[in-house]
Amino acid sequence: MSESPQETDYQRVQRSAEFQELRRRFRRFVFPLTALFLVWYFLYVLLANYAHGFMSTRVAGNVTVGLLLGLGQFVSTFVITMAYARWANRTQDPVAERLREHIESGAILREGTPGRAGEGSPA
Amino acid sequence: MSAPTVAVLAATAPAEQVGEPVVNIAIFGAFVLVTMVIVFRASRNNRSAADYYAAGRSFTGPQNGTAIAGDYLSAASFLGICGAIAVYGYDGFLYSIGFLVAWLVALLLVAELLRNTGRFTMADVLSFRLRQRPVRMAAALSTLAVVFFYLLAQMAGAGGLVALLLGIDNAAAQGLVIAVVGALMIMYVLVGGMKGTTWVQIIKAILLIAGAGVMTVWVLARYGFDLSALLQGAIDTAGEGGETLIEPGRQYGASALTQLNFLSLALALVLGTAGLPHVLMRFYTVPSAKEARRSVVWAIWLIGIFYLFTLVLGYGAGAIVGSERILGAPGKANSAAPLLAYELGGVFLLGIISAVAFATILAVVAGLTITAAASFAHDIYASVIKRGEVAPDGEVRVARITVVAIGALAIVGGIFANGQNVAFLVALAFAVAASANLPTIVYSLFWKRFNTAGALWSMYGGLVSCILLITFSPVVSGKVDPATGESLSMIRDTGVDFAVFPLENPGIVSIPLAFLLGIVGTLLSKEKPHPEKFAEMEVRSLTGAGAEKATSH
Repeated sequence: MSESPQETDYQRVQRSAEFQELRRRFRRFVFPLTALFLVWYFLYVLLANYAHGFMSTRVAGNVTVGLLLGLGQFVSTFVITMAYARWANRTQDPVAERLREHIESGAILREGTPGRAGEGSPA
Repeated sequence: MSAPTVAVLAATAPAEQVGEPVVNIAIFGAFVLVTMVIVFRASRNNRSAADYYAAGRSFTGPQNGTAIAGDYLSAASFLGICGAIAVYGYDGFLYSIGFLVAWLVALLLVAELLRNTGRFTMADVLSFRLRQRPVRMAAALSTLAVVFFYLLAQMAGAGGLVALLLGIDNAAAQGLVIAVVGALMIMYVLVGGMKGTTWVQIIKAILLIAGAGVMTVWVLARYGFDLSALLQGAIDTAGEGGETLIEPGRQYGASALTQLNFLSLALALVLGTAGLPHVLMRFYTVPSAKEARRSVVWAIWLIGIFYLFTLVLGYGAGAIVGSERILGAPGKANSAAPLLAYELGGVFLLGIISAVAFATILAVVAGLTITAAASFAHDIYASVIKRGEVAPDGEVRVARITVVAIGALAIVGGIFANGQNVAFLVALAFAVAASANLPTIVYSLFWKRFNTAGALWSMYGGLVSCILLITFSPVVSGKVDPATGESLSMIRDTGVDFAVFPLENPGIVSIPLAFLLGIVGTLLSKEKPHPEKFAEMEVRSLTGAGAEKATSH
């Protein structure tokens, strides 16, 4: 960062404590959750692939462990979806909105929202 | 219980044809008529590129979520998964779980950030802070490859569906129906653009999910809303060895190799969805990242509930129709859902389900076509060839021409591939999306050091390795059914065998390879980093500052 002679406005926002906090919270929430559901999914796939006996255990009538774990994948997907949406709506959106208004009002970016070179006119 | 029923039906309705083609065509015709009216009404404001490619970014989250479900629930997932559960039991269910869990990758890592940083295509995001032209070109080529494989699989499937639902078994007549489906699709996309395409997908999703829901309640009611009793029904109908229907391994458990195949498929499914260009493009049709998030939440609920329906429908078809009769029908496993509809609700319900199946192909193909057209016109024509020196309406004109060209290609490809064994193309599309697209999407959003060389290595490496591995795999040549001695590969001549790669899905090799190539390419390149571009991308992706707004008319 030190080699660029002049810091851009986006870099200034990026460096700000408020943005750093937004980014840190995002990564702390999303990365572990991604790891969690991927591990749980592959655990399930490996069990279904290599532990046929265990997955075929009858729990109640013809309902097997495999069926319950499979339905568990649906439940965990729904739960993670709702948890993330709730968290993002409550925790992230107000901060992101404040930063966005701040940037777009020109408080930070005096030249307004930047267009990108050679990308035609706005719609 | 069910054996006499089957015998009676076999006597009254010949095996080749169930139901009344006239009813099927009439209901499908009504669907086309209604959607056409809506498409024409919706297409009044279709002048700018943002209107044509992104429907003016004016759809709400719930609308877009429903359209995503309509785009994603292809004929393969409706007919294919029901059939797989009916015939193979648990393993078919296993397949649907990968398709659903994959949406969490899109929700958590991709949808909102992509909406905030891009305009129309996947390449917008990938080339944001890298060298524009080479990265756009690579992203566009991989988009076109995924779309082409997916499109061909859908169109080839249409032939089988025609045989099953309209009772047309003559190849020329089937070709004519494929051409009609293709021509309708071109009309929708040409006239309606993304707005028209989205409405077709919304209507289709509602019909599909409602139809499947009614059938699910119907099936469950027959078994006193007792899942265990339904499973028992499927076991009884299957006869000897029926218990394995509720155990894993009936399809993928045959050998260590088939197990590895499944592992490879599971990997491609869960990582492929968030790299499918036609899915990514849907996130641009909403006004903000918040609406993109709502879209995915809606899509996950609709898709999840639909897959739960297919679990009941699959076992219901196994119990009520029986796998022997399903495999004896012209569409093989794909006919499970239509045959079940006929058993439950007779000609009328079969007509509705058939029309929905056609509408499914139409809606999915339309979504694929507009994605390919946007990618060609926006990325290759406007940015790479014309270097951005093109009027927006010039770009849309090129997009419309591309729609006609791709539609023609789809018709010709569909007629040519009709009756061919090309079901592997869907799995290939997911494998290419997971290896050529996802690594670069993730790296460019989250890895500061990532550069152009890394992107090119990863995208071309993922794309080429997938295609090579598939070409030299048993799906193209050398797979022989040990019982009948018939070829199970695309090349029917059993004497031809150049399958040196033993797996049918390349994902387990190509996905880690593409992730690795992204790192190696980045570290080996001497390209100077652009901290200012990364700062812009990161700030925009998380705050939505400078994101494209909805157009107002």
